[in-house]
Amino acid sequence: MNVAPERHGFTRGSGMIAIAGEVALCDPRGALFFPDMRLLVVSDLHLEKGSAFARRGRLLPPYDTGATLDLLDTVIADHRPTTVISLGDSFHDGFGAERMPSIYRDRLLSLMAGREWIWVAGNHDPDAPADLPGLVAGELALGGLRFRHEPLAGAEPGEIAGHLHPGAVVVQRGRAVRRRCFATDGERLVMPAFGAYTGSLNVLDKAYRGLFRWERFFAHMLGTSRVYAVAHHRLHR
Amino acid sequence: MSRDAFAASTVLPESFARWFASRGWAPRAHQLDLLARASGGASVLLIAPTGAGKTLAGFLPSLTDLASRPQRKPGERYRGIHTLYISPLKALAVDIERNLGRPVAEMELDIAVETRTGDTPAHKRQRQKLVPPDILLTTPEQLALLIASKDAERFFAGLKYVVLDELHSLVTSKRGHLLALGLARLRRFVPELRTIGLSATVAEPDALRRWLVPQSSPEAMADVITVEGGAKPVITILDSEERVPWAGHSARYAIGEIYEAIKAHRTTLLFVNTRSQAEFLFQELWRVNEDTLPIALHHGSLDVAQRRRVENAMEANALRAVVATSTLDLGIDWGDVDLVVHVGAPKGASRLAQRIGRSNHRMDEPSRAILVPANRFEVLECRAALEANYLGAQDTPPLQQGALDVLAQHVMGMACAEPFDEAELLDEVRSAAPYAELDAETFARVVEFVATGGYALRSYERYARIRKTKDGLWRVSHPRFAQQYRLNVGTIIESPMLNVRMTRQRGKGGNVSGGPVLGKVEEYFLETLSPGDTFLFAGKMLRFEGIRENECFVSNAAGQDARVPVYAGGKFPLSTYLAAEVRSMLADSERWRKLPEQVADWLAIQAEKSVLPKAGDLLVETFPRGNRHYMVAYPFEGRLAHQTLGMLLTRRLERAGAHPLGFVATDYALAIWAHPDMGALFRSGELPLSALFDEDMLGDDLDAWLAESWLLKRTFRACAVIAGLIEKRHPGQEKTGRQVTVSADLIYDVLRTHDPDHILLRATRADAAAGLLDVSRLADMLSRIRGRIMHKDLERISPLAVPVMLEIGKERVKGEADEMLLSEVEEDLIHEAMGD
Repeated sequence: MNVAPERHGFTRGSGMIAIAGEVALCDPRGALFFPDMRLLVVSDLHLEKGSAFARRGRLLPPYDTGATLDLLDTVIADHRPTTVISLGDSFHDGFGAERMPSIYRDRLLSLMAGREWIWVAGNHDPDAPADLPGLVAGELALGGLRFRHEPLAGAEPGEIAGHLHPGAVVVQRGRAVRRRCFATDGERLVMPAFGAYTGSLNVLDKAYRGLFRWERFFAHMLGTSRVYAVAHHRLHR
Repeated sequence: MSRDAFAASTVLPESFARWFASRGWAPRAHQLDLLARASGGASVLLIAPTGAGKTLAGFLPSLTDLASRPQRKPGERYRGIHTLYISPLKALAVDIERNLGRPVAEMELDIAVETRTGDTPAHKRQRQKLVPPDILLTTPEQLALLIASKDAERFFAGLKYVVLDELHSLVTSKRGHLLALGLARLRRFVPELRTIGLSATVAEPDALRRWLVPQSSPEAMADVITVEGGAKPVITILDSEERVPWAGHSARYAIGEIYEAIKAHRTTLLFVNTRSQAEFLFQELWRVNEDTLPIALHHGSLDVAQRRRVENAMEANALRAVVATSTLDLGIDWGDVDLVVHVGAPKGASRLAQRIGRSNHRMDEPSRAILVPANRFEVLECRAALEANYLGAQDTPPLQQGALDVLAQHVMGMACAEPFDEAELLDEVRSAAPYAELDAETFARVVEFVATGGYALRSYERYARIRKTKDGLWRVSHPRFAQQYRLNVGTIIESPMLNVRMTRQRGKGGNVSGGPVLGKVEEYFLETLSPGDTFLFAGKMLRFEGIRENECFVSNAAGQDARVPVYAGGKFPLSTYLAAEVRSMLADSERWRKLPEQVADWLAIQAEKSVLPKAGDLLVETFPRGNRHYMVAYPFEGRLAHQTLGMLLTRRLERAGAHPLGFVATDYALAIWAHPDMGALFRSGELPLSALFDEDMLGDDLDAWLAESWLLKRTFRACAVIAGLIEKRHPGQEKTGRQVTVSADLIYDVLRTHDPDHILLRATRADAAAGLLDVSRLADMLSRIRGRIMHKDLERISPLAVPVMLEIGKERVKGEADEMLLSEVEEDLIHEAMGD
């Protein structure tokens, strides 16, 4: 197989990128891993989203929390991070942590055990999750990087954010393929939503206006076993 | 005294006899027979061809009964609905109102006839509840809403008759299941209720007869009256001067000859199988329409106002031709049609008979029809259908068991009406024919689903929508849930559609001011367009400008080349009966003489270069072409079954190390290609064909494929909406984005992993196996061909293989190769970046 060098000298398909000079790995399951810091970032878990709907009469299957934690478990097992940042909207609403069935709560606690865990506040869960360990922060700075839930308007070099649930669409041979993606121009990055019940918002939507320099923009679309880097001009609405 | 005259004198009131006479008509035997039986208390199925006065027959018992009742005194209470008429089409209800109006007015009967459909304004519906008409014309969905209201029992207390029009088409769908449950409820209100079913000829009339009456035992059946067809239709296959193409569906070669036929007749109805074919044919006809004949277009995606204009023009005989899809299939009587042209193969003998019935609406005059095959296999199929129509063969699909998602919707509706006892409701539900076999445990699970979602992880007890109270009855736990039910009633789930709106401004994306709405197009189709792309819609060439909210903006692009909209819906699979006919025709060279010369030649050359399979055999050809090896099989079981077969065979070939690269399926054949020589694998016995086509593929392979298949996800979405798990998207409702809704695909994935036995997944699998995959048909085929596979290893492509080979690159199998497409996009990017 031919190996084509990518912009930063990483192997194509490896998912390695650089954000404001920091090397990171885009895991196709939707997590970002910084090998040098052994730091894992996930965003928008929206735990207990199913039960939030159930409260209003839409009895969605109550297994989304389990599914999200299963996936997180495999990511953590593979990368063995010393620090995990959950970048906001970890729970779908302020009562999510209370509603969480005990089997899932125990599961989450075992994932958190032995590593540093930081809950960044999101708009769905502005307060600390009830009775769960871990640090709570509005935002967080690590070296040249800034971790916050909602991306700030204007240029923010080094910002890693979530909130927008980026997704991208490509059309090839008359077929549209839609996937969640990491959205980045090399200076800042917006994380895909990690939760089992989270949808996505097309990166061409006006909500992303002003965040990126499009000529350097890539959507790293999530595949089943790797991410696919697609440039801005190949994307569809 | 003749039997008919005797019957007339006993049952037909004097005023009706006079009215018939004044119009120069005599009541027909079946009309009087039906009147006598229904008046005597029986439920009746009337099977008759179009033009037999079916509608009047259906209403005679009601009209005569209503005419003989004493006048309502001032101050007396309204008597409620006397007769409910239910049809699958809104347009049909409107049409019947017009047709009933005439006898009612001419006999000066004091009978109020009104329609109630989704289009009826709220104030009129409100008034109908207070002052109900004598005859209410409505749809299955409206009936579901009416019986779910608290005053349903009072509203229907005076009901005598339910007339079910186009019953053959209603009963084969989930709408039919919903309707059957509705009828069961009406019978609880009025046990002596009589039903009158009006139907075209069907394969199994007994199934419909059972459907019409409560199912205490399988012998419980309605009476049946069968009217034989009148004059035989005169059907011909277009014997074209032009070359009939090998493949494709456009029939472009025949446009000139079709146009000449239109010119030679008063009014022509042109039927096609899909909306995109309708658009294409309409466009091509106008291209050659030098006499500017009034030719119109009618299909379900067009704006209602535009459809009504066409319908009115038809009725006024102002049109010379209408290009139509199935929206005009059913028994709507418009205008004076003297020719039906069917473009493309009709796919089923019964469907053909229905459509041809549209011309010359008098039973004693023969209908005239021309079949225009779009390619060579369709010539065979048209020939088979034609012989079937003469022979009166019927191939309507068998009735399915009642769907569980529909049952869930009904259970919620019944809870909205009044608190229910589970055992009583089960009895009522079982009295409906589609649910006669329902077991108590499944029913309990459906009720459990309605209440708390029915999940193995019982965490939603506190959010229950219905609850069993101390008196043992289930009741709605909050009025909000009844409201949710009403907004989501019905079983028709369309894929998300966007309005198509005209604008004069170009190149501004969605930021333009809008003109008129032309109709609706599926969202997924628009997703594949870029601004500037052109497509055919509503008979116009349009340029895609952009999407804003739930509207797609287009400008006029007359004179440019187009990509025709590709629609998922509307492609009928080839019926089993016609498939068998085509197979036997291939095997019997005597029958080729009836075929056009060029088609007969094609088969003769096939016999010479390869072989023509015997009627019960499966032919498999293998040959190299380019740098690939191909395998083509000819099961003639229809596209759906072939697609399923293709999926399963490619999995097996992959396991056997043959590395299949792709496949394409048509109604007639299946082609699979790979790098290695599959022919050699079969020949050497390394992979015997009998093993490849073994029936065991319908076990694990099918399950494994299904689990990942997009087909199942799409089916699940429909089931989830019908069952009330997720909400219908309502027109005008904007795309709500990330947090307000959860996509059905995500729910499906989670449910499949964590609760694989859930009742909704069961409903989904049942639907997919029956409708989307044609699994039963595939199973029949695999067992039929056991030991009868004929392998022909060729050096080059055979004549019979050409049509399916031409489809390669046109037809795509959706969803399974997404990763490959993504990687291609990335690949392109690298080529661009590297400058090669």
